[in-house]
Amino acid sequence: MTQRLNTMTSTHTCSIYPVCLATLRRIPAMLPALLIPVLSMAWLLMILLMPTGTAVASPLSQPQQSIVVGYLELQLPSPPLLSNVLPEPEDNGLQGAILGISDNNAGGRFLGLAYTLEQARSADEAELGAALNRWQQQGIQLVLVNAPAATLNAFASQHPELLFFNVGSYDDELRIRHCLPNVLHTLPSRAMLTDALAQWLIKKKLKKWLLITGTRSQDKDYANAVRRSAKRFGGKIVADKDWTFDSDLRRSAQTEVPLFTQTKEYDAVVVADELGDFGEFLLYNTWYPRPVVGTQGLKPVGWHRVIEQWGAAQLQSRFDRQAKRWMTDKDYAAWAAMRSIGETLSHQVPYSATSIRSHLLGSQFELAGFKGRKLTYRNWNGQLRQPIALVHPRALVSQSPQEGYLHPHTELDTLGFDQPESQCRLADQID
Amino acid sequence: MNPFKHLLVSVALIVPLLLATPAQAALAYVSNEKDNSLSVIDLSRFEVVDTIEVGQRPRGITFNQDYSLLYICASDDDTVQVLDVASKRIVANLPSGEDPEQFALHPDGDRLYISNEDSALVTVVNPLTHQVTGQIDVGVEPEGMAVSPDGKLVVNTSETTSMLHWIDTSTQQLVHNTKVDQRPRYVQFSQDGSQLWASAEIGGTVSVIDVASKEEIHKIRFNIRGIHRDKVQPVGIKLTSDGRYAFVALGPANHVAVIDAKTWEVLDYLLVGRRVWHMALTPDEKFLLTTNGISGDVSVIDIEHLKVTKSIKVGRYPWGLAIKPD
Repeated sequence: MTQRLNTMTSTHTCSIYPVCLATLRRIPAMLPALLIPVLSMAWLLMILLMPTGTAVASPLSQPQQSIVVGYLELQLPSPPLLSNVLPEPEDNGLQGAILGISDNNAGGRFLGLAYTLEQARSADEAELGAALNRWQQQGIQLVLVNAPAATLNAFASQHPELLFFNVGSYDDELRIRHCLPNVLHTLPSRAMLTDALAQWLIKKKLKKWLLITGTRSQDKDYANAVRRSAKRFGGKIVADKDWTFDSDLRRSAQTEVPLFTQTKEYDAVVVADELGDFGEFLLYNTWYPRPVVGTQGLKPVGWHRVIEQWGAAQLQSRFDRQAKRWMTDKDYAAWAAMRSIGETLSHQVPYSATSIRSHLLGSQFELAGFKGRKLTYRNWNGQLRQPIALVHPRALVSQSPQEGYLHPHTELDTLGFDQPESQCRLADQID
Repeated sequence: MNPFKHLLVSVALIVPLLLATPAQAALAYVSNEKDNSLSVIDLSRFEVVDTIEVGQRPRGITFNQDYSLLYICASDDDTVQVLDVASKRIVANLPSGEDPEQFALHPDGDRLYISNEDSALVTVVNPLTHQVTGQIDVGVEPEGMAVSPDGKLVVNTSETTSMLHWIDTSTQQLVHNTKVDQRPRYVQFSQDGSQLWASAEIGGTVSVIDVASKEEIHKIRFNIRGIHRDKVQPVGIKLTSDGRYAFVALGPANHVAVIDAKTWEVLDYLLVGRRVWHMALTPDEKFLLTTNGISGDVSVIDIEHLKVTKSIKVGRYPWGLAIKPD
């Protein structure tokens, strides 16, 4: 396990595409060496063919205000998994934050705002805590946290004067009981994911579910969210089983899974296996030939590469070009947090944790997030309202809320914890 | 009557008709984003009379001054294609920058201002010499583009930065940026050039901007019974030249809003096809045509009666519209 603290400051916006593109183009001598990794061949050709007199107009010059945003990540050891074919990207979340900074700078330069990212990633919580103390002394107001709920809880309590964005924890308790007044959540809660799935299952008349839960604590949390969603939308859990096998399913799934799934008849198998230990091996092996949904199979997600409607194709291609990989839900959460900050500051809100928090929880804020409708924050628990996509690895299947699930305020609040279900009252604490 | 004579009479009647129709009627060209083609609609009969194969993912289309050439943003080919209207052949590919989506032709005919959606740039191309004459840095995902009637200003919208970028055409420099609501998609100058109308898709609003001060003077909001306001997403805008009406296409709300262009009051909502996106007025301004992406058709609105009178099936995902007078 690495104990190294990796702190890096990108001091100039120019390290990030596409802002740097403009600067690069002004240095023709460096073109061949610099452009090839960054640009497509079509671009290269076009630029080389351009007459030398071509001017790239610069934005209006304005005095620059520096906006520094922190990114903290607790690097967790990855346990041995059976379906380990496609590992999680090493920079999951971080790349979304970098793209968010880049998108903010593209607009910020017209307003005299220059965004930079301070990052600290470590497996040692104490080292992250030290970085956070240092940042606070430097005057940083906003920090994205990609860490489990306990770590987020500790940091948020130690630094009540900072505003944190949760981009790493799906924990439902953070949205209903462990209310942190200085934390907003751009990552969906487990309840939002399972509600999105439940609406789709009920709409498809798949009402009887076999629930299979893994051994880890997050699997049990996911299963609890599934049970809540079943009750909320009229699903019936006809069998509820824990997965305790320790054989190598890569070889034995075909013999073991049919027997394990031979229960009272179900319409769908809902699997709770967040890290992907056994869930992938349930598909096509269940006793009844029924769809597998949940953490594997048809999966509710905050973001996925297959989303390309609503202009998302553009965000996906910007991300692909920058990170050389697919954009995940944690990348999206970090991007949405950065863009929330960028949108707020573009409305002349001062750079301070309290004023940004008030604006984000207020009625003036709205964010275009490539999900087909504006995104806003729930002012009771700080959760970003958002549609949830239902995907399989190669296509978008549906997007919840499903048509017909009504709500007096917004249908987006049929996903996750509505105001009466949460004890949190963040809006009451706006100064 | 002698059957031979009968035939002669018929031929004598039909031939002039056949010859006359194509030459006389105004034509609407529709880009089909997912079919890589253009549908051509005869506006005297409101029927598709031709389909022309073009480059990949055609979106914005516009004619040159004398309607002899049609410029086509072939987004996935990273080029602006030039279609010779008479021969229906692509005669040139202009260097447009990456992923061209919308563009506007300067009244002088020598400058095409192109949005490069993937690279936060506006590329200026001379369509006569096929040379890139400038590039201007703008916000993330540039989209809408319009040239002022006097040719002095170009306005570009950036969808993710949510700004209008004002470009001085004499210097090709940005002179101002105006913040508008989320995801601005389309801009349209009024006939006299005093106002600019800008739609914000996710904001759900249309801003009326005073061109002299470049500041918003009014914001139009929409309210359609039975449709949640978040699903009312304005995109295309068309203003009649008499200054009477503004029409706004409301995307997935499947309606076109009719607005009194003087009082800014919304007068009516007309039901059209699914995901209505862009629009064009016929040369006599008696009809408004809309592209409806999901239903794959074009709706025809009778402006005098404010009624949808016809829908015409075209290719998959119709996107842009350009009309050639007779």
